[in-house]
Amino acid sequence: MILSYFFIFLGLVFIFFGTLGIIRFPDIYTRLQTSSKCDAAGTVAILIGLIVKEGLSSLSLKILIILIFLLLTNPVATHAIARSAAIRGIKPWRKKRERME
Amino acid sequence: MNVISIIITVLGVTASLALYRVIFGPTPWDRLIAVNLISSKVVIIMVATAALFKQSIYMDVALVYAIIGFVSIIAISKFLEGKENKK
Repeated sequence: MILSYFFIFLGLVFIFFGTLGIIRFPDIYTRLQTSSKCDAAGTVAILIGLIVKEGLSSLSLKILIILIFLLLTNPVATHAIARSAAIRGIKPWRKKRERME
Repeated sequence: MNVISIIITVLGVTASLALYRVIFGPTPWDRLIAVNLISSKVVIIMVATAALFKQSIYMDVALVYAIIGFVSIIAISKFLEGKENKK
């Protein structure tokens, strides 16, 4: 019981700070980095917490299938977005002082 | 108050915060990142709803929604890539 609460709290913290990073960061690539962490770590932690809370049943087996699918496909989607932005020539963000030099 | 309803509340609030980036994003890729994030949050909300009501049918809906979201993200990013690499 304590273990499931711990995993769910960890996932909620990851998702909250990932969304904060989506709003506050200045560039595509930095936003992509925090979005990827939010997807992978937060999602997987919440699903593991729900599996521990449910116990061994058919419901938790289906949660396990969704967890494996999300763990396989989220990095692929993130990499596809980054590759598309890099091919179209989006420059990474610099500080203003480095840009002046 | 139940733990699962806390999960659903926090995910709904953060999804509506990420909607800011969908509306005001400067480039199309920002909107794509935020849509990807909201899609994975909706999958978690569906799984939590299935665990709350003990109904196994919501789990199939969540799986199909995850598959459709993945395919649409790949297709839109290939579309935004343009025709420059077909030389």
